[in-house]
Amino acid sequence: VSLFPVLESGKFIVTSEVGPPKGTHVEHCLEDAELLRGKVDGINVTDLQAAAMRVGSAVICHLLKDRGLEPILQMVCRDRNRIALQSDLLGAWVLGIENVLCLTGDHNTLGDHPESSPVFDLDSVSLLHAAKRLCEGRDLADNELEGAPNFCLGAVVAPAADHQEAQLIKLERKVEAGAHFIQTQAVYEVDRFVEFMDKVRKHGITVPVLAGIVLLKSAGMARYMNNNVAGVSVPDALIKRMSEAGAADKSAKEEGKKGGHAVGTSIEIAAELIKGFQPHCQGVHVMPLGWDRHVPPVLDAAGLNGKS
Amino acid sequence: MIASEQKPLEEILEYLADERRVFILACDGCSAGCKVSTAEEVARLSDELSEHGKEITGCARSDFACNQAQVVSILARHLPEISAADGVLVLSCGVGIQSVAAAVEKRVHPGTNSVSLGGYAGLWRSEARCATCGDCLLDYTGGICPITACSKSLINGICGGSDGGKCEVRPDIECGWARIYERLESLGRTDLLRRSPRMRDFKRMIPTAERRGTSLFALEREPY
Repeated sequence: VSLFPVLESGKFIVTSEVGPPKGTHVEHCLEDAELLRGKVDGINVTDLQAAAMRVGSAVICHLLKDRGLEPILQMVCRDRNRIALQSDLLGAWVLGIENVLCLTGDHNTLGDHPESSPVFDLDSVSLLHAAKRLCEGRDLADNELEGAPNFCLGAVVAPAADHQEAQLIKLERKVEAGAHFIQTQAVYEVDRFVEFMDKVRKHGITVPVLAGIVLLKSAGMARYMNNNVAGVSVPDALIKRMSEAGAADKSAKEEGKKGGHAVGTSIEIAAELIKGFQPHCQGVHVMPLGWDRHVPPVLDAAGLNGKS
Repeated sequence: MIASEQKPLEEILEYLADERRVFILACDGCSAGCKVSTAEEVARLSDELSEHGKEITGCARSDFACNQAQVVSILARHLPEISAADGVLVLSCGVGIQSVAAAVEKRVHPGTNSVSLGGYAGLWRSEARCATCGDCLLDYTGGICPITACSKSLINGICGGSDGGKCEVRPDIECGWARIYERLESLGRTDLLRRSPRMRDFKRMIPTAERRGTSLFALEREPY
């Protein structure tokens, strides 16, 4: 059915994501998706995330579609030229995939095949343009198509990245090129996100924005992201809470008691953030990074009890 | 210029495993500038090869071995030494090595690896880098080339990998698009960034028939 109806409904949109496996065992990935059934409006399937070779997004999207879930195909420009990208877009539509999130993609050298050839024939903006052209019945070379898709197209932005103004100008270009919705990189500061949304609107961008939530697993993970992930900034107060929860788990373990403090705190933080973002944007995108089973409790705690 | 670095001696010795007598051609151009084909380097390498049982039948130097017509005339003066050799070792960029290979009927071995400077072949000044893409974008990007300054050669704006003004791919360099944005901001022209999607035309990187008809190309004997 695509995300179009839910984007138009005005309801608070919830999406989450699953990552395809490195190898042929797709069961775990499908189980992760199953946890989200009835709780989210769409499920992103990452595309060779972090430039690591694995099963592609379209295959898993197809399996999700077969199971009656609503997949969002992520597509990056690192590995395919414009011929393959357009072909894969058409193929995705043929398989029943109706939502596509267009990204440039991490550079090869950051992944597990750093010797590989970077393509970047298109980028996020021109991929959106290409997808929109296909929907209009033409390819990038202006050839007419026999049958056109009707994709609901998404784009991304990193609100906490530096050179925010340059990021916003690019976001404008993405929306002009065809994006119907925006998912953001992880954000952890409500105030800064509100300021960001204010600027988004000042830039004339009116499409729905879904704030990105990455579940914090530990204080170490938060510090790692601060040091190594561009455009992500976890404030000290949250790191402190995760650190205290981690310490509580450690002493509980020593005393032979039940832990779960880190998980509990992580869920609490995510729910607080969602509640803080809710009045200022149109939805949230929860990236569990392996903590898929904790997504439903996060949504419950945030008062988002299943899709409307 | 084309930058090069010397291959490890072990690799060169592998190439020469079946050959004992070696002629060396060294370029006086870019690779000499990179200190891989200077007279001192040739002498040092000759000594090392001799220590490994190789006989150096002769050495020649060429200004810019990429100029094939010139390479042919220089090699012609060393015919006896080349004839006496089993193979030719070339210290130059990959273009020069191919010039020599096209001129002699012997196996030719590279003594160097040509490495990317991301720069303009023949002349490289500071940061004014050019990939000869054939579709110059410098007007729109404030005079900073996005093809060479951005690790992904993005042409539609900054990506999410700019980290503290540095490129997350190569933390030792500044984010090209951050530089472009800052330049345009100082010029009061960030409006230039608001334009419809652009796409590269890779056809433009292939020399046209017209360009291949120039005297520079005519000087090259084309073996293919």
